[in-house]
Parts: sequence; structure tokens; C-alpha cells
Amino acid sequence: MSKQGLKGWKEIPEGGTVEEPGSSAQFNVQSWRTYRPELDKKKCTKCGMCWLYCPEAAIKILDDGSYEINLTYCKGCGICSKACALKAITMVKEEKS
Amino acid sequence: MKRMGLSGNYAAAYAVKMADVDVIAAYPITPQTTIVEKLSEFVANGELDAEYINVESEHSALSACVGASLTGARVFTATSSQGLAYMHEVLFMASALRTPIVMANVNRALSAPLNIWNDHSDAMAERDSGWIQLWASSAQEVFDTTVEAFKIAEDVQLPVMVNLDGYIVSHTYEPVNIPDEEEVRKYIPSKPMKNRLSPSLAYSIGVVGPPEYYFEMKYQAIDAMERSRVRIREIESDFNKRFGRSYDDIYTYFMDDVEYVLLTMGSMTGTARVVAESLRSRGEKVGVVAIRTFRPFPSERLAGILGDVGGIGIMDRATTPGGSSSPLYEDVASCLYSVQKRPILQGFVAGLGGRDVSIGEFEMMFMATKEAAKSGRSKPSIYVGLRG
Amino acid sequence: MLEIRWHGRGGQGAVTAAEILATAVINEGRYAQAFASFGPERRGAPVLAFTRISEKEILLRSQIYEPDVVVILDQNLVTMEGLEQGLKAGGTAILNTAFEPKDFAERFTAAGRIATVDATNIAIKELGTPITNTAILGALVRVMGIVKMETLEAIFKERFKAYAEKNVNAVRSAYQMTKVFDRGENK
Repeated sequence: MSKQGLKGWKEIPEGGTVEEPGSSAQFNVQSWRTYRPELDKKKCTKCGMCWLYCPEAAIKILDDGSYEINLTYCKGCGICSKACALKAITMVKEEKS
Repeated sequence: MKRMGLSGNYAAAYAVKMADVDVIAAYPITPQTTIVEKLSEFVANGELDAEYINVESEHSALSACVGASLTGARVFTATSSQGLAYMHEVLFMASALRTPIVMANVNRALSAPLNIWNDHSDAMAERDSGWIQLWASSAQEVFDTTVEAFKIAEDVQLPVMVNLDGYIVSHTYEPVNIPDEEEVRKYIPSKPMKNRLSPSLAYSIGVVGPPEYYFEMKYQAIDAMERSRVRIREIESDFNKRFGRSYDDIYTYFMDDVEYVLLTMGSMTGTARVVAESLRSRGEKVGVVAIRTFRPFPSERLAGILGDVGGIGIMDRATTPGGSSSPLYEDVASCLYSVQKRPILQGFVAGLGGRDVSIGEFEMMFMATKEAAKSGRSKPSIYVGLRG
Repeated sequence: MLEIRWHGRGGQGAVTAAEILATAVINEGRYAQAFASFGPERRGAPVLAFTRISEKEILLRSQIYEPDVVVILDQNLVTMEGLEQGLKAGGTAILNTAFEPKDFAERFTAAGRIATVDATNIAIKELGTPITNTAILGALVRVMGIVKMETLEAIFKERFKAYAEKNVNAVRSAYQMTKVFDRGENK
């Protein structure tokens, strides 16, 4: 380990390989948001457009076919709310915590 | 062992077959084509159990090789000239991702004007891509060097380019001693490589290297290249013991009591040896030094060999327009800068675009080198055989 | 070292002839090099090929400027350029033609020996096509020796497979029918 806690060239796997699969799942981007999406399940027709358009794969499909937003990975970009034809997703301002 | 009449290209194909490669991806280009033609024949008739991937370009050929190599497969490709140039950006990925790909590069001039004949400008343009560059000057050397290349590549985890002069080596039939396949397999057994992709093990390869990491990642490949200096010589020595032929990163001929040296790379070496022998019989103190390992460049050893000769004639088959001289000259000059008594260097650019370099021209190069050494002053690069 | 230059036209097999001769020499345990002067290959265009033969390993890789032997595979040889260029004094010219060898004594002034054979007719008769390379090899072996006919025939069998027999007939027939003019004997 060298300064700033970064790995030295001997410590990095050969060729810069990231050996731990799915390590991007460790990124918590909660604090990046200004707006938070809120899904109104009553308006939702389970069309899947939000799931398809979400650039962060933050929308999960549940066993009953309905959708849920995983806020750990949501940056609040709002694309899901634009993609939703029935306006079941609204963007709500995050309150300071 | 079998003694066969083979072209340089066929010698390469036989070596690849004996190395039992897993994947071949290549796009045909003159004068390389007969290598992959022969290999596709081997694959088609069942003599070689490998995946032969047909691609639409050299860029894709090398990309396919990188992907295949990352799964741990033993991989081969071949190209020439424009094809190598088209691989340019992937060459750097192959070395930095540490893929031990072996490539035969059949040296050919770059356009324009369109020219299918030999010179070294294709390989010189990729000098800094992080590939080990070995140079072969006969069909036998092509066979042996290609076999060795797999061992070197997999040992240091770097890609290796085996260079052979277009037509002069690639299409010349001559005797080649082919060892038994079993012996070759014993020399280069397939070995599992670490950090390789597989369905059961997910890795991320080819990630972004931001400024905080790029330097370190790049340095790994630089370090591997440096370490390869020793490993190449050890692997060569193992080869020499097993197969009874003698390879080294530098070849020297007629170096006892030597004053002037002709320094060559590739197929010019043979003719230089013939000329040196004839000059020796006329009392001239001339020797020949040939570079086999251009990258890593054998600077220290070369400085030791050349440090106290009078004059060196350096024969380049490529140019660096606007540079201080031509590519081979620059490397030789750099490694001699720190020796006590610097020899006089005379640069020559010869044989561009397949122009023959005759015995008479070699003698002229020797005379110019001798003259430069005697007068203590060399001329700028002499363009051998250029019409005024 | 013996140096041979082959003149042909694209499709007559000059390059193959140079290779077969080199392979035969190699198979007999000696050293040989075969190469061609490659260009944009077109059927009918003039082609040059070369063979070097030696008892020792051949290091030389420049072109051949002063051959000991020139072999001309094309019957329209009068239209080809540079045939006698560089031929060593006392060297050998081997020509595919229906004419007599002494008819060429003035054309090939350096040649000590001139041999002719009607390779085109032999090829048409034996192979059904005017590919003259195997027939001219018969003339070469007759005049120069260099390799045994059996060595050549073994290579034909490996290389030409179903056409091997026909090529063996062509080479044998040419060997029989070759006529030689020796300048020394005819002074």
C-alpha cells in the first residue's frame, strides 16, 4: 500500500483484472440524489418500461411481477418517471437527513 | 525428426500445429496468407484440434485472440503490413492485458505506394506496443522461434511477435529439421494460466484505469518485459539443449580480432555473413552482429560486444523520417552512449519495399563503414541503391 | 553452389518447378533454396523463379544475378525478355522448343551447352494441358543430373496425387527426347 491507500503495481492483479465478481454492487449512491423516485403501485400496469430504461439496474422485478426501486443504487436521474406512460413514478425531493 | 523442404510460412504453420494451439483467428494478407491457409487445412482435415475463427478484419482477428487468450487458450494469429497497422490499437491491449498471444508478422512495406514486398516498417511502427519482438532469418529459425515464442509468451505473460521477412524468408523453400511432435509438446506443455475467464469464475478484465491506476497497470507490463530478458535466454538455452540448435538474443560471427562490424536484423544477416567471410579472406577485419531479440533490446550485452570495435555499419530496413536516424541505429546508438570508447557508427537504409540488397551493396556498406571509422566521421544515413 | 533461373509465364508452373527441384535436392540430403520473383500474379504474365543448390548450408539471400543455368518453360521464348542476361560463361540453357539446340547458339552466346525439348507437346500429350514444368524438369535432369529421376517421381506422387502418373510419364518422356548441343564438342 502506498500513499492515499492506493495499491502499488505489485499488489494489483496482473493486467488490472478485477478478481472479485460484481464488485460494483458495493457502491452505495444514495447520497448522490436530489430527487427520489416514488412508485405508485396502484397506477402501475407492470409494463416494465422503468426496468428497461433504468441505467443503473436499480429496479427489481418481484415474484408477483410487480416492480420495486432499490434506492441503494438509484442516483435520482428520473429516467424511470419519464419512461412511465401512466405517470406511476413521481420524483420527490430528498429531505436533508 | 524429419528433414523437409518448407517455405518460411509453412515452417511457421508446422510450428503452430505442433504447439497444439487452441484458437487461431486471422485475416489473410499477402505475403502472410499461406501460413493461415496451411493452418486452416490442418484444422479442416483434423490434424490440428483448434477453433479457426474467420473474421472480417485484422482488428477483429486480434480482438478475438485477446478474448480467447483471456480464457486461458493457447492462441495464434498472423499478419503483415497493413494488417498489422490495422491491429495497432489492439496490440497495446494485448500486452497490457497480459495475453500470451503468438503472432507471425511477415514483414512487408506499408502503403503508399502499394507494395507487397519486404521491409521492416510494419514491425517498427509497432515497436512500442509492448510486444516481445523476435526476428527469424531462415525457415528453420522461423520454426524454432515460433515454438519458443509460445514458451516465452506464457512464461512472462506477454504477447510475442515472430518477424520473418516477406518473400525472402516467407516464400523461400529450404531445408527445415522438424522435431517429433512429442518432443515439442514436452518442451511447451499446456499449462493453466491464472486470472482467466471461465463460466464458473467471473472476472472483470479490461477495466478503466484512471490516472490513479493506469501508471501502475502499465508498469506491470513494462516490468514483465524487463524480466523477460533473463527468461528468454533461459528458455533459449533449454531449447538448444533439447533440439541441438543454438539460439541467442544476439548472434555474432567472425568476431575474433574484429575492427568493423556489420549489424543486421532479419534476412540480411545471411548475406552479410557470406560477404564478411569473403572480406575476411581478403584480409579485412570484419564481423557480423545480428539482433534476434529487438524487444526487449539487448542493450547491455550489445554494448559489451560492440564497446571496443572501431566502426559499426548499421543496416536498417525501415526509416524514421525526421528522426535522428533509423530505428535500429537509434537503439544501437543509445546503448553505446555510455561505453568508454564509442565506436563510429554509420547508418544505412537498405532494401525498402523489397529492393534487393546485393553482395556488391553489402561490400559498399562495409567500405563506407571502414572509411567512417578511419576518418572518425560518419555520414548521415546512406540510402543504399537509391537512384538520384 | 549451383544457381538456376527459371523463366515462365503465369500458369506454366515455373515456381513449382523451382520448388520441386529444391525439394528433391533436400530429400537427397543436400541443401537447396527455391524462391520466386513475386509480383501481381496473372496468368500468362512473365514469371521468374530461382533455385540455389549446394553441399553446404545456404546463407545467401540476395537475388541471383549470374545463374549457371537458365531454364525457359515457355515455347514463345523469342518474345520473352532478358533470357540470356547474366548467364555465366560456359553455363547451360534449357529451352522448351521444337527447334534444334544448335539453332540457339547465336542467341545464347554465353552458353556452353544448350538443350531443347518440346515440353509443350509432351505436356499436351501426357497431361492434356500445356503446363510444362514437369516435362522441363526431365530435360534438366538429363542435362545436369543434380537429382535422381526416382526422387522427382516420389515428389510427384506426394504432390500431384491423382495426376502423379501422368507427370511421371511427362518427365520420363522429356528425359528421353531432350537434345543437347555442346559448344566445346562442336568447335
